[in-house]
Amino acid sequence: MNSFKAVFKRELKSYFTTPLAYVFLVIFLFFSGYLTFKQGFYEVRQADMRTFFMNLPLLFVFMVPAVAMRLWAEERKVGSIELLFTLPITIRQAVLGKFFAAWLFLAIALGLTFPMVMTVSYLGDPDVGLIITGYIGSILMAGGFLAIGCFFSAVSKNQVISFVLSVVVCAILVYAGMPTTMNYLSTFMPAGLVSAVEGMSFQGHFESIQKGVLEFKDLAYFVLIIVGWVAACTIVLDERKAS
Amino acid sequence: MIEVKELRRSFGSVVAVDGISFEVEKGQVLGLLGPNGAGKTTAMRMLACFIRPDSGTASVCGHDILQNPIEVRRSLGYLAENSPAYPEMTVGGFLKFVCDVREIRGVARRRALDRIVPTCSIESVYHQTIETLSKGYKRRVGLAQALIHDPDVLILDEPTDGLDPNQKFEVRKLIGKMAKEKCIVISTHILEEVEAVCSRTIIIAKGKILVDSTPDKLKEEHECSLDAVFRRITKANDSKDRKKR
Repeated sequence: MNSFKAVFKRELKSYFTTPLAYVFLVIFLFFSGYLTFKQGFYEVRQADMRTFFMNLPLLFVFMVPAVAMRLWAEERKVGSIELLFTLPITIRQAVLGKFFAAWLFLAIALGLTFPMVMTVSYLGDPDVGLIITGYIGSILMAGGFLAIGCFFSAVSKNQVISFVLSVVVCAILVYAGMPTTMNYLSTFMPAGLVSAVEGMSFQGHFESIQKGVLEFKDLAYFVLIIVGWVAACTIVLDERKAS
Repeated sequence: MIEVKELRRSFGSVVAVDGISFEVEKGQVLGLLGPNGAGKTTAMRMLACFIRPDSGTASVCGHDILQNPIEVRRSLGYLAENSPAYPEMTVGGFLKFVCDVREIRGVARRRALDRIVPTCSIESVYHQTIETLSKGYKRRVGLAQALIHDPDVLILDEPTDGLDPNQKFEVRKLIGKMAKEKCIVISTHILEEVEAVCSRTIIIAKGKILVDSTPDKLKEEHECSLDAVFRRITKANDSKDRKKR
């Protein structure tokens, strides 16, 4: 437990001792705001945050792998992985420590979008429950993307490769649930398979949480994604740490 | 305190360590000598539980490296070849992180830092980030990290690499001072270092142990300097290999 805490603390601090955190936060906050207002926040004439949450999956496809790519790739490149794994730390503790630090960092980034909540509250009387579930969904989705990024970061020593691979996988998981993709797939795939593809994508689960319904199947989906990819990361790292 | 039994490890078709066995007791300083690519670093990495052997095993302070790697790592201090560290951290922050992982807290942590910082002469760079340090200072930070929990067993991969002559002398003096209460394994290319600090030496080449003796005995047997002994033994092994092919 102490080793987990030590890794967690070090990792979280390292975001803020390098320019990474600040560059990320500025870009993320700018685009999350810009996309919301550009896509008709005022035109809807409703005091809710739907337009804000709607854009998050696409923004996360690029932003989350950017945070995740350094997790293990950098550690292996610099060689500090040899230091880490000759200290009394198990691989699982180290992987979880880093994962949760990065997740908390993303949660902080999401938390800093609070002016959006203030704007909506000033303009009208929004449904607080919807905003809360929207944020819960966003944090879970960030965790899912992060777990994927974490895995690819362990696969390659090269940060660019791990970034590209995780963007591709995250994009597939987002686009698989888009209506256009579903329409296209239904032209040649049986309905059962199409709904299976939809069930595997982030989009549907994220949207249903966003609507204010916290269903077990949606929560289980994100938990499974996170646990699965993080476990895979642990296995890959154990194999590849010294190569 | 260290017991190595038939340790073997290969990378693809290259056999890096080929069934080595030896024991090291408390109070001994063992120098692992060998040409580049002899398998010294691989052997040390296996002892520090960074990589797993293909076959064979070893124990450190009674803990098996396969069954109980965390206990092994707890009881030893390890300085890796390029003294890896986190470049963006300050020296102080880095040492505190190592303390956190090793569960040294509060007063114990302050005491450990007060002891180790002057010992490794890193007071002047304590607040500097590691990426701004010269190679010698990085090495000393690595050494501080390995010594911070006052371990019984020390494994140091080329501890004086990159240090200036004064620092080399200091580190050798430090190793000499610790030698009585600890069990130390160092690897090196510098033969004068073996003469200065090691009470025993093992020469390995191509993953096999060629000689296990003391520096003085080696010099006596071969009636020449350690330099010449090293060349003679490793070259004889090379030509034997060629004949076999």
